[in-house]
Parts: sequence; C-alpha cells; structure tokens
Amino acid sequence: MRAVLSVRRFWAILVKEFVQMRRDRLTFAMMVGVPVLQLLLFGYAINADPKSLPTALVMGEASPFARAFLAGIGNSGYFRLVGGPVDEALADAMLVRGEVQFVVTVPSDFSRRIARGEHPALLVEADATDPAATSNALAALSRIAETAAVRDLGGVLAGQAARPPPFEVRIHRRYNPEGVTAYNVVPGLMGTILTMTMVIMTSLGMTRERERGTMENLLAMPVRPAEVMLGKIVPYILVGYIQVAVILLAARFLFGVPMLGSLWLLSLVLVAFIAANLSIGFTFSTVAANQLQAMQMAFFFFLPSILLSGFMFPYRGMPDWAQVLGEILPLTHFLRIVRGILLKGSGWAEIAPELWPLLAFLAVAMAVALLRYRRTLD
Amino acid sequence: MTDHAIDVRGLNKSFGGRPVVRDVSIRVAKGRICGFLGPNGSGKTTTIRLLCGLLTPDSGSGTCLGLDIVRDAPAIKRQVGYMTQKFSLYEDLSIRENLDFVARMYGMANRRAVVEEALERLGLATRQRQLAGALSGGWKQRLALAACILHRPRLLLLDEPTAGVDPKARREFWEEIHRLAADGLTVLVSTHYMDEAERCHAIAYIAYGRLLAEGTVESVIGTSGLVTRRAATAEPDALAARLEGLPGLEMVVRFGGALHVSGHDAAAMDASLAPFRGDPAIRWSEVEPGLEDVFIALMAQAQDPLQ
Ligand SMILES: Nc1ncnc2c1ncn2[C@@H]1O[C@H](COP(=O)(O)OP(=O)(O)OP(=O)(O)O)[C@@H](O)[C@H]1O
Ligand SMILES: [Mg+2]
Repeated sequence: MRAVLSVRRFWAILVKEFVQMRRDRLTFAMMVGVPVLQLLLFGYAINADPKSLPTALVMGEASPFARAFLAGIGNSGYFRLVGGPVDEALADAMLVRGEVQFVVTVPSDFSRRIARGEHPALLVEADATDPAATSNALAALSRIAETAAVRDLGGVLAGQAARPPPFEVRIHRRYNPEGVTAYNVVPGLMGTILTMTMVIMTSLGMTRERERGTMENLLAMPVRPAEVMLGKIVPYILVGYIQVAVILLAARFLFGVPMLGSLWLLSLVLVAFIAANLSIGFTFSTVAANQLQAMQMAFFFFLPSILLSGFMFPYRGMPDWAQVLGEILPLTHFLRIVRGILLKGSGWAEIAPELWPLLAFLAVAMAVALLRYRRTLD
Repeated sequence: MTDHAIDVRGLNKSFGGRPVVRDVSIRVAKGRICGFLGPNGSGKTTTIRLLCGLLTPDSGSGTCLGLDIVRDAPAIKRQVGYMTQKFSLYEDLSIRENLDFVARMYGMANRRAVVEEALERLGLATRQRQLAGALSGGWKQRLALAACILHRPRLLLLDEPTAGVDPKARREFWEEIHRLAADGLTVLVSTHYMDEAERCHAIAYIAYGRLLAEGTVESVIGTSGLVTRRAATAEPDALAARLEGLPGLEMVVRFGGALHVSGHDAAAMDASLAPFRGDPAIRWSEVEPGLEDVFIALMAQAQDPLQ
C-alpha cells in the first residue's frame, strides 16, 4: 500500500526550502522589511483629514470683522496663513504653483456692504485638483465665518447680526469645480504606472545578465558603463511614452479629464521623470544578486512612492517627516507637474520649481548607478 | 617590445581569503598555441579572467599583447577574444543577432561582411536564424568561437572550448584553431583532453593555483622524471590488486588488457616488480609515460594548501 503523501519527501522539500531561504539573506530581510514599512507608512504617515493647509489672504479691508475672521481661520487648525496679506495677482500665482491650497479674499467694501444689508460674499478659492485634500477644510470654513460674524459684527454692526449671517461664503473650487475624483486620480495614475513598470523593467536589467551568465561576455567586451546604462534605459523611455499615450487617450475620452496645458511641455517633463525611474531601477539591478531581489527592491521603492507622493492620500495631510521623504521621490514632483499642466494649465514658470528636484534625483540616481557598476567580476 | 603575447609574473588572486591563483607566471610566444591544463578548481578560469581584465589580481603584474593587464584592461579587451567556459551569449537572440551584437560592440566598420564571413567560416550560415538557446552544445560552442574571433583579435583565450563536443566537431575545431594560429594569432586554450594538449605547441599545467609545469609536451614528460612500465596480461585486475601499495609504485593504471605502472624512483620500482618479472603470463615492456600519468603524478606531488 502506498501512502498518498510521503512525509519523508515532504520533509526533504521543506528542509531544502528553508536552507535556500537562509542563503538569500537579502530576500528574507525584505520579506520582513516590507510589512514594517507598510505598517509605518499606513499607521503614521497617512491622514485623510489634512490640516494646516497653506492659505493666502487677500485683505480688501482691515476691518475688525476681517481680523476676527482671520483669527478664526487660524484657530480652526485647517488653515495656516502663509505670510501676510498679498495682492490678488500674487495670490493667484501661488495657487497655480501649488504653494497654497486656498486663497481667502475679503472684498474692500465688505463691512460697509454688510451694514447696507447687501449680503456681500467672502470669496474662498480652493485648489480642488485633489478634492479629498480640501473637503473637510471647506466644510469648516462657513462655521468659522459665522462665529466671526456673531462675535464681531454683533458689536460693530449690531443691527445686522441676526441669523442667517448677513454675508455669504462663496467657495470657488478652482481647476476641478465639480470635485471629480477621476480628474485627480487619472493623471496621478500616469505617474504611478510609469514608476511601477519603469523601475521593475530596468531593475531586472543587469541582474538578468548576471543570472543568465551573459554578464561575463558583456564585461569581456570593450564597453563603458555609461554605454550599458543608456543602452538599457533608452528603449524603456519609448515604452514609457506608449504607456503615457494610452493613459492620456483614456483620460481624455473615457474620463473626460481636462487638458488645459501644453502636452509638449508634459512630454518634455516625462523624459526626466521616466529616466529618473529607469535610473533608480538600474541602480537596483547593480546591487541585487538575483531577479527576485531586484523585484523586491523595486517594490520597496514603489510602496513609499504611492503612499507618500500624494497619489493615494493628500500630501499635506502627512506629518513633516513623511513630507520630507515624499519630497525626495520623483513621483511627488511629477504628480504636481502633471496635475498642474493638465488641470491648471501650468506653463514653464509654474512647473520649474518641481522640475529641478526631479532632475536632481535623476542625476544622483545615474551617478550612483555608474558608481555601483562593476567592470570586473571581482 | 616583447615577442610574447602573454607575459605575466607572480599573479595572485584569492576569493574570501582563499588563495585560488598563487604566484602564477606564464609566457606564451606570439603565434603559438598554449594548452592550459589542470584539475577541476585548479584556477584555470580564474587565471584566464585575470589575463583579460575580468578580474583584478591581488598582486603580480604583466602584459598581454604588450599592454599592462591592470592598467590597460580596456585596451586589452579590444584585442582579445575570450570564449567563456559557460555559454555566455544571448540565448534569446538568433545566431546572426548575437554575431551582429558582438560586431557592433567592437565597432566593426564592415559589420555585415564580417558577420557573413564568420557564419560561412564556421558553417553556421544555414542556421543563422535559429535562436542560440535552441542550439545543441556543440553548436553553441561553434557559435561562441565565431563570436570571439569576429573582431579579429590578436590573442584568443579559450576556456574549455570543446567540452561536450563530439570528436568530429572537436577535430574541426582544432583545425580552425591551427588555421587561426597560422594567421599569427596567439591562443591560450584550457582543456581536460590529453589529445588536445598534444596538439598544442606548448602546455602549462596548474594545480591548486600553482603552475607546476610548462613547456612542450616532450619536455614536460621528459622533465617529470617519471618512469613507466607496461604489463600486458590476461588478468590485469588481479595483477593490479597485487601491485597496489608496493614501494616505489606510485601509480597503477589500467589500459584495456594492460597495466601502466609508474613511479619516480626507477630502482625502487624495479625492486618491487622483480618478483613478477618471471611470471610467463605477464609481458613486461618499457614505455614513455603518458601526459596523463605525468599530470596525475604532478598533482599527487603538489600539496593542497587546504589539506
Ligand atoms: N567568484 C568566485 N568566488 C569565490 N570563489 C571562486 C570564484 N571563482 C572561482 N572560485 C574558486 O576558485 C577556484 C578555482 O576556480 P576556477 O574556476 O578558476 O577553476 P578551473 O580550473 O577553471 O576549474 P574547472 O576545470 O572545473 O573549470 C575554485 O575552487 C572556485 O571555487
Ligand atoms: Mg574553469
């Protein structure tokens, strides 16, 4: 009679697997490291109720009400005033560049019009490219205005201080008036998909040569590290463009995402972004001993990229340390650029502050890759 | 300028503190074929990698084609054809695509013509569209050779080029190598086959990372000091059992219906064999020791540093 399962053979395989697992220390470390990273990021960095959002103030008048409103805004925790009052043009520019999330405008004859019973509007413009980042703050806003009204108008303009408040808070959701999530997510997906595929593809580049034994032949030939690196990177820039074309077509025709800015500008930025991801992938491939390790390293990079870049969760909702980490990642800057170009119609001037960190990352990644590249088998 | 294509002195290389190549000096004259022999793990591949700049020696120096093996590694790579022991071309490229790739890497001006010629020369023309991975072992070796002579190197380093190749293909392989040498190419070829060693102008024997013998086949055998007696008998196994372990008899090897008995001390050996001389069932004769006997004797004499 034959047993269905031989315990001895099962044991043999099991022991072998453990031995192999122990041999590949790095893979094992990653298996422990990835959950830890996930826990830390999800547990500490993620916050769906962003506070302290940078806000610019345009003060048409310095009335007591305006000052009370200002104080109320500060105390709510949702808004953090950036500098002093600015003029309209500057405030607008700050909103386009993404330096502020909100612009609050107190019209010049605000108190007077309340006194006249004209029910004037207090204008709050929000950068609504990411609806999730602003919704709670906007909800808090009308409450703040009402409180300010009760407290200060109650004294100064006593006659009008009845409920409902004698003015309205007019919220203007810029760039994404209907708060369509897809407008924000689809351009973001472009960056995320590129990050994932590009890093994985090149991270396998050198490790595949090593695993298949073709490395020895490659190194025996008179080829320079930069030639190998560029030769392995450039084909995927093309692949990246094909992905972008597919995503843009879908964004336009399936999701109706607005495309206000120049697609040429976007294509130009894409070279830098794709190349940055490819270089980091190439760096991984010079470090990893085998393809599994390379894949894990790619994943190790991908995880913070989607969590800390502002793709999945509002960037400004994260604690400072997470924002600093996010600031290093290419995806963070690319997301701001792509949303800026498509949704806000940003041009060169507006995206430049986000472009140079991307280029710096690219330069560092390439330098590390070239330093790590071994020209011998030692 | 030196008239040696390879001229290295005192090469040392260790991996993780374990010496693998120890104090190796090799000189190969231009246009010569030098056989590189030694047991498994003796450091042949490592030495060859040191010569073509794939590994950096811990100490030692020398030149390949007059170029410093450490300082001028890039220049050496341009003029050396290295055929790796393990097939290291791209299995997912066709024969022609592999050759095209190599030709481009060396910046060959007349790429098409060169590839075409290599395909013809090695009889690969009819298979040029086949994927390298789908080739049998012997054909892979031919392709690898074609690839490493493509850029018209002045020095060929071949690491066991004929391992797993059938006798006919092996002969053709060697004829090709001799043709190349006749054109002025220098060849260092590692092998485990004695007949191949005998086809070389000179041989070098390495064991435990040390170079133990160098020179022509005749001089290596001559200087070994080994003496061999041949015993033709109907029952070699029985005789071998009786001879084994007698003083002076270092090796007793079966060759079909005969035994080869070898040792360094002829007097001690003959004393031990004297009782068997009178046996009419055994026909004794004196023979040249074979290269294999010499190598095995050399290896037995050498000390494994780890044991
Ligand atoms: N990269 C390496 N790391 C550690 N040890 C190595 C490395 N390369 C070779 N060795 C060791 O060096 C020794 C010599 O290896 P080498 O490949 O040079 O031998 P060989 O003479 O070519 O053997 P064979 O005839 O089996 O091909 C071996 O013991 C091997 O284990
Ligand atoms: Mg070897």
